[in-house]
Amino acid sequence: MPLELICPAGSLVSLKAAIDNGADAVYMGFRDNTNARAFPGLNFDEAQAAEGLRYAHDRGRRVLLALNTYPQPDTWSRWTGAIDRAAKLGMDAVILADAGLMRYAVKQHPALRLHLSVQGSATSYEAVNFYREHFGIQRAVLPRVLSLPQVENVVQHTDVEIELFGFGGLCVMVEGRCLLSSYCTGESPNTAGVCSPPKAVQWTDTPAGLESRLNGVLLDRYGKDEKAGYPTLCKGRFAVGGETYYAIEEPTSLNTLDLLPEMLKIGIAAIKIEGRQRSPAYVAQVTKVWRAAIDSVKKNAAGFKPEPAWQAELNKLSEGQSHTLGAYHRPWK
Amino acid sequence: MNLSLGPLLYYWSRDDVLAFYEEAKTWDVTRVYLGESVCSRRHLLRLPDWLALAEQFAAAGKEVVLSSQTLIESESDLKMLRRIVADGRFRVEANEWGAVRMLSEAGVPFVAGHTLNIYNPETLDVLAGLGAQRWLPPVEMSHVTLAALLERAPAGMETEVFAYGRLPLAYSARCFTARHYNLPKDDCQFRCLDHPDGLALTTREGEAFLTLNGIQTQSAGVYSLIGELPALRKLGIASLRLSPQSRHMGRVVEAFQAALAGETGAAEKLARVMPGPAVDGYWHGRAGLEHSTEKHA
Repeated sequence: MPLELICPAGSLVSLKAAIDNGADAVYMGFRDNTNARAFPGLNFDEAQAAEGLRYAHDRGRRVLLALNTYPQPDTWSRWTGAIDRAAKLGMDAVILADAGLMRYAVKQHPALRLHLSVQGSATSYEAVNFYREHFGIQRAVLPRVLSLPQVENVVQHTDVEIELFGFGGLCVMVEGRCLLSSYCTGESPNTAGVCSPPKAVQWTDTPAGLESRLNGVLLDRYGKDEKAGYPTLCKGRFAVGGETYYAIEEPTSLNTLDLLPEMLKIGIAAIKIEGRQRSPAYVAQVTKVWRAAIDSVKKNAAGFKPEPAWQAELNKLSEGQSHTLGAYHRPWK
Repeated sequence: MNLSLGPLLYYWSRDDVLAFYEEAKTWDVTRVYLGESVCSRRHLLRLPDWLALAEQFAAAGKEVVLSSQTLIESESDLKMLRRIVADGRFRVEANEWGAVRMLSEAGVPFVAGHTLNIYNPETLDVLAGLGAQRWLPPVEMSHVTLAALLERAPAGMETEVFAYGRLPLAYSARCFTARHYNLPKDDCQFRCLDHPDGLALTTREGEAFLTLNGIQTQSAGVYSLIGELPALRKLGIASLRLSPQSRHMGRVVEAFQAALAGETGAAEKLARVMPGPAVDGYWHGRAGLEHSTEKHA
């Protein structure tokens, strides 16, 4: 089945919201730093995970477990323990980034389905096929750095199903190859499962405006009429060559509704919605729009046009109220 | 413990690159990494030029490693990678897993670069099984984590640590240098040439923070482990990587050689030729921009 809809589940309520609104599968993490959204109050313990699985399976949907941070030597057993639990719980797949952990999973749980996480930074079919040959991965999530023709080239040269990010937060850097957060705060997605962690954020009202800081580093300063967003490091305003601007990326979200016919045509297996840290209401709304859009494009790809109501709804939910096609659309680069 | 000259991460004119390596032939380094590892649009030196340089260094008695591109996007990137692997005369540094696949299929030993994300001994063991003989930990790894990893490292694996230079922190499809000039990446007019040590990015209050180097983002702070040689020796580190800068690189090498020889004043010698403030937070398990003698505010 092409173009499955994969939705974020940061909690049981979100999981149910995603399933009820038409997600084909949800992805979740355990409540520790074994996944890339290790935020306080988020994620699942074993009992909640079991309940989520029951809820999804009763309705013919699937649950994927993100174990996509890089295991550390002194806490290796936390990651292998999570693999064991995933197998015991009957997860439909685990999403991994680390080669050592994949080897463990294949050896201990040969029936467990493996997906390559976006954090694995595989941007070519040679890399994707490496993980296929050595660990039997069934699906790979590509970093948000390739144009659609480049994605198509990957699809044409591998048996691995390809999953793309369709909507939500936009990493401008290759996922898994960005250490900006740890350079500033000591914690990176790779090691701690967080980017620009909330505990390092500081807001201060100053005569010059509202300032956001990350571990003391000034990320932005907002004028009276400006809306302040979450201070993600790469979306701050900085000075380069005497000019102050969004030197890395604007505070914008990815929205690829317009590209759905193209994605269907080139054989994308699944579309992933970012946002395990978002509210259940957000998950419900986004899932609903994307379900309708995917159903519509499958029915009539040639005549597909995103409905204005969908775009309006998604724009309301977007970071900074603006969206971009990201790297899929070459001029963005 | 010996010294490696890391790959040139910036884009310089052909004359400047050749002059840099001409001088480098006289430096006391054991190993030289050559080739373009950052951006496929940088072409003032083509592969045959790099291979010619490699031959010259080999003749001068240096070990040569060809460093491969970190972010592979297109078929032509893969083609280049295949040419590098197929040449076969020199060892190759794999900086992503597509290169690992090609090198292991070719059955040749290789260097596992710091962007392969080797955070634990199991992953290092996977790479050892595929032919890696030398590896670099991620630049964010602390000495405590490295020690824990090395306790169970595969036998015979040589460890090289990024020990000097602006830290390569991130890679993107977008070119931030071109963006600064409001140019599309496909028509970047090679503005990186105007910034031989990258383009400085500061906060709105003027604090040096990052360095833009095309599609790569580096730290503004200059990572230096010159004060950590006893700890590095204790860990059994084989080599220290020194990352090229446009000026005084020979003096950087001299400072590290002086430190290795136990001379006093080596760190001060180095401080005089560093293009930015020293940082070593990563090594101590803290924010990368911190320095061990001063806690960041």
